[in-house]
Amino acid sequence: MKALLIAESREGKVLGSCSELVAFAQKAGSDSVMFMVGTDSNLPAYDGTIYLADAAKYGEYNPAVHKQLILDVVTKEKPDMIVFSHSSYGWDLAPRVAFALEAAQFSEVADIVDGDPVVPACNSKLRRRLKAKSTVKVLTLQAGAFSLAEPITASPNVEKIDTDTAGKVTFLGYEEAPKGGVDLGKAAIIVSAGRGVGGKDNIPMVAALAKALGGEYGASRPVVDAEWVEHARQVGTTGQTVSPKLYVACGISGAIQHLAGMKKSEFIVAINTDKDAPIGEVADVLVVADVKQFLPALTERLQAG
Amino acid sequence: MKILVCIKQVPDMESRFKVDSAGTWYDTTELVWRMNEYDEYGVEQAVQLKEQTGGDLTVLCIGPDRVKETMKKALAMGCDRGAHVNDPDYATRDPFEIGAIIAEYASDKGFDVIFTGMQSQDRGSAQVGVLVSELLGIPAVTTIVDFVLEGSTVNVKRELEGGIKAKVSVTLPALFTCQLGLNTPRYPTLPNIMKAKKKELLSIPVQDLLKVAFRLETVSMQLPEKKGGGLVLEGDAGELADKLITILKEKTGVLAK
Ligand SMILES: Cc1cc2nc3c(=O)[nH]c(=O)nc-3n(C[C@H](O)[C@H](O)[C@H](O)COP(=O)(O)OP(=O)(O)OC[C@H]3O[C@@H](n4cnc5c(N)ncnc54)[C@H](O)[C@@H]3O)c2cc1C
Repeated sequence: MKALLIAESREGKVLGSCSELVAFAQKAGSDSVMFMVGTDSNLPAYDGTIYLADAAKYGEYNPAVHKQLILDVVTKEKPDMIVFSHSSYGWDLAPRVAFALEAAQFSEVADIVDGDPVVPACNSKLRRRLKAKSTVKVLTLQAGAFSLAEPITASPNVEKIDTDTAGKVTFLGYEEAPKGGVDLGKAAIIVSAGRGVGGKDNIPMVAALAKALGGEYGASRPVVDAEWVEHARQVGTTGQTVSPKLYVACGISGAIQHLAGMKKSEFIVAINTDKDAPIGEVADVLVVADVKQFLPALTERLQAG
Repeated sequence: MKILVCIKQVPDMESRFKVDSAGTWYDTTELVWRMNEYDEYGVEQAVQLKEQTGGDLTVLCIGPDRVKETMKKALAMGCDRGAHVNDPDYATRDPFEIGAIIAEYASDKGFDVIFTGMQSQDRGSAQVGVLVSELLGIPAVTTIVDFVLEGSTVNVKRELEGGIKAKVSVTLPALFTCQLGLNTPRYPTLPNIMKAKKKELLSIPVQDLLKVAFRLETVSMQLPEKKGGGLVLEGDAGELADKLITILKEKTGVLAK
């Protein structure tokens, strides 16, 4: 078996998820080669061949160009699997490659069981085991699902590649996340509000608990999207990654993108009316309660000392 | 300007899920259904674009008869007509089949803009939008959080990891997959709900549009094994608060003993 691992780089920097691709190939017992559009001054640690297209020539992500570069490597290497991270790069590019190769795509693979990929469904409340009809398969890997036991130190052997394809989408530049406001990374205690708190009017309840505990308050994405709380307080893949001593998740279901931002917290308490909420998977304590009743009761007791 | 928005009906994610008797999907009998969250942003963006350009907007949904309820919401939000692809077996279809059904529907209609959600909440494949664009041979931009039309060019922002956005531009026709927070989806007003009842809602048998074979099948669906094994506390709020404080004192250093 041979896997083509699609590494990612942005503005000349390799993204951390590359090692997860290697970990996947190891777990699947597969040989591998790597592909990246990047620069040879910043390469992922990898013990094998990397096909490198020069980012200085191709610019930042361009779907049609990256697709063609990958297809050229596929023609040469004839891999059985083409493996991406399930990231904004991977979920955009993988279906294009799968389509061109008439291959089945497994999205957000979280595990391999008896050779079959397992993917989540319904906010991780269910899991599906899948099989492909095609011989070539395309996969995107769930962030954090595969990790190396030992970090790799080897440098790859570089093979330069080229194409003259042009794309129809023009990249204009990056926009940084809004800066300023609170730095959640420094807080030892974080109490976060999820959609389950019910409305903007209930945010003070969450802030009051944070204050009583001597910490800061954070939020899940829908709470930020609805402008109940500013973006600097968002925890998750598209917000902050935090690892406080105590994380209290109030009315947060525990979507994978939220968990990615807080599951390394030392102690996790979740307050949720749904006993099956996936946040229960990472919580040390799951309090099955309505936040509107429980939070004031807890804050009052803490204030009373 | 001709606009298409594709939506899916999904169960409420707070439901208690059970596996069906075939063991390959969730049991659909006792669920509450709603519009896929990502698609609500798609419908809103499509309605805004229609208002901006005086365009014509079709909403498409694949599924059994019950999905018409969700389509009515999209019509009440401002779509002009509905195309219901009647497919009782929609849950068994893989993303390629779903994409091919939509592309077949769209192939002779000359849509300038197509919106889909970036993924569905139940399957979460994030493939259908891109596959539709590849089948139609038009560009796709995924995971958009901002959309501005100027002439025949669209400037969008794609959301990347860590809150960074990539600004890209594309010339129409094109397809966009919508991310949470793209806009603020409107609530249908009562007069609009009444008006929506009179809008055209065409049913098309799936056989008329499905011309490809699936590439992916579900071997089995399961509830995840509970690995977490954390403590679960239930009961009266006051007692729960006392219990939690005791635990925090014992297990963490954050409260004085
Ligand atoms: C590319 C991408 C990036 C993303 N990035 C992020 C990110 O950075 N951060 C993030 O958080 N999300 C992110 N998301 C969104 C994520 O998938 C979820 O949609 C989101 O985390 C859900 O937020 P929530 O848990 O607050 O809301 P929901 O999932 O709606 O959950 C609400 C919870 O509250 C509970 N509840 C309801 N009422 C009560 C009550 N009265 N008392 C107690 N509990 C109650 C419910 O049982 C439920 O579990 C991203 C998604 C994508 C696709």
